[in-house]
Amino acid sequence: MALTKVFTRPDSLRDINFHFCPGCHHGTAHRLICEAIDYYGIRERTIGIPGVGCGVFLYNYFDLDVCEAPHGRAPAVATGFKRVLPQNIIFTYQGDGDLGSIGMSEVIHTANRGENITVFFINNSVYGMTGGQMAPTTLLGQRTTTTPYGRDFRTEGYPIRMAEMLAPLEGVAFAARVSLHTPTQVKKARKAVLRALDIQIKNMGFSFVEFLCACPTNWGLSPRQCIEKIDGEMLQSFPLGTYKNRQDS
Amino acid sequence: MAAGSKIVAIVGTDAVSEAMRQINPDLVAAYPITPQTAIVETYSQMVADGLVKSHMVAVESEHSAMSAAIGAAATGARVMTCTSSQGLALMWELLYIASGLRLPIVMPNVNRALSAPINIHCDHGDSMGARDAGWIQLFSENAQEAYDNTIQAVRIAEDPGILLPVMVLLDGFIISHSIDRVELLDDEVVANFVGEFKPAYSLLDVNNPVSVGNFDGLYGYYFEFKRQQEEAMLNSFGVIKEVGAEFGKISGRSYSLFETIGMEDAEFAIVVLGSAAGTVRHEVETMRAKGIPIGMIKLRAFRPFPARELAEAISRMKAVAVFDRSNTFAGNMGGPVFIELRSSLYDLEKKPLLVNYVYGLGGRDLSIELINKAAAELAEAARSGQVKQSINYLGLRE
Repeated sequence: MALTKVFTRPDSLRDINFHFCPGCHHGTAHRLICEAIDYYGIRERTIGIPGVGCGVFLYNYFDLDVCEAPHGRAPAVATGFKRVLPQNIIFTYQGDGDLGSIGMSEVIHTANRGENITVFFINNSVYGMTGGQMAPTTLLGQRTTTTPYGRDFRTEGYPIRMAEMLAPLEGVAFAARVSLHTPTQVKKARKAVLRALDIQIKNMGFSFVEFLCACPTNWGLSPRQCIEKIDGEMLQSFPLGTYKNRQDS
Repeated sequence: MAAGSKIVAIVGTDAVSEAMRQINPDLVAAYPITPQTAIVETYSQMVADGLVKSHMVAVESEHSAMSAAIGAAATGARVMTCTSSQGLALMWELLYIASGLRLPIVMPNVNRALSAPINIHCDHGDSMGARDAGWIQLFSENAQEAYDNTIQAVRIAEDPGILLPVMVLLDGFIISHSIDRVELLDDEVVANFVGEFKPAYSLLDVNNPVSVGNFDGLYGYYFEFKRQQEEAMLNSFGVIKEVGAEFGKISGRSYSLFETIGMEDAEFAIVVLGSAAGTVRHEVETMRAKGIPIGMIKLRAFRPFPARELAEAISRMKAVAVFDRSNTFAGNMGGPVFIELRSSLYDLEKKPLLVNYVYGLGGRDLSIELINKAAAELAEAARSGQVKQSINYLGLRE
């Protein structure tokens, strides 16, 4: 009996090994975005703009044009691209250090202007690439290299919920938080990524997908323990859901 | 070795963190960036463990780090922060405000190349870009000097005749991440050396209310303020030497504006700053042992730039090579140290031939072979009285 291949690597994702640590969800996020790019057949007109962080090597994996942005400035760089090339599909790919910290201003103002771009936000609750320092998204009580005995709201504030924060802005057409820690959640995440790009293709405004991801290396946990942490702790601080899904254009 | 000191094997960032612990500033505001990160991490641990009384603010960017430092310093607090590369670049507008407000903030900067392309390794492009920001800049050759400079920086910055912010520079990875032999002074010795900061003006002096950084108006005193900053920089020549000499008394390691090796009988010499000085010194001493008349100058203070003393030190040479770990992109004018040294020689009747070697951008290694190549060309220039090419790129793939 001939076997039928039912699952293949997306064309937009190059056939090379990821540099990501075992148990990290960047690879899954990369694949979902590439699947959606393939689905809409937009690879030849899509430009990716990664920020600074573990996602910086996006150009090694995505088989499309990429422009690096300075730390936190990806939404502003994307704005420049989109205004000059409105027919192109422009997305940023940023971590919580990049988007929620140093680049908070850019993402808010880009969203508020309703720039017709898509922002993919990797929330793993730490600065991953620099070695696990506290991020704005770090959970209360979470130990990091700059909060060695746990994040204390009295000195370090509270975890920032980006999807909820951006959703009320008039310029935002779509804002959702998804997770990549179970197959069921990955399927939901796929739908959110498809919708976010659909919003951009239809010129409906700013679209935003926040992925809850594991950082086994900086959390000091095994991949399995990371999944349990996301399920048990992270979802408490970062509820999943679609916070905005504009239907008209 | 000074009483109470101990010898440890630590990396450069830990040497700086140890100095910060002993200085025990009132506030540290910082944002992690490679390769400075370990300073922030280690200091956060020290704060969490109650080893220091500092307020530690994990701000969201370097722009906010320097802003918070300025705010705290304006209250009369002793303040530190630290950064690298893009972080320093993001502080840009605040650097001028810190110096313009005459706030004695001390900031270790772990030298790293500026984007683009992204590069996390060492060159001096970041701090050289801030050379006109009104900050004192002290370069370090190794972890020991990074430690020593950090402690001295507090005294220099807070001197009533200066009141300028100080940048302590250490080469990314080469110093920051390499284990080095470091002599740490006794905690109390450092505490006594830095003393207590007694600001003449502060926002918390209710009997003498002040406001800082006000709008200067159309016919204000902006020009005069800027002239005073220059005056403070002029004063710092003497204070850097005094503090360096006093530091020698507590540590056995004295410091000045620059250090000379073999200049008394050399015919040609290399001027270098940062970690490369160690490699160059090794080669210079090897060559001198063979009877080659070479000397060297290790520049410590780039701001203020000791133009007169440097010119005096090299005026007798036949030829001098300046090593620059950054470039000015001015159109074949060479690196910043070369440009300033050449300018320093202008008024001299008799001056050496000057040649520039830009090296090590983005962390490119400066091997002893490259130093020897430059030294051989320098020897030839001294012999022939001619420089073949003024601006050279050492170790460039071409």
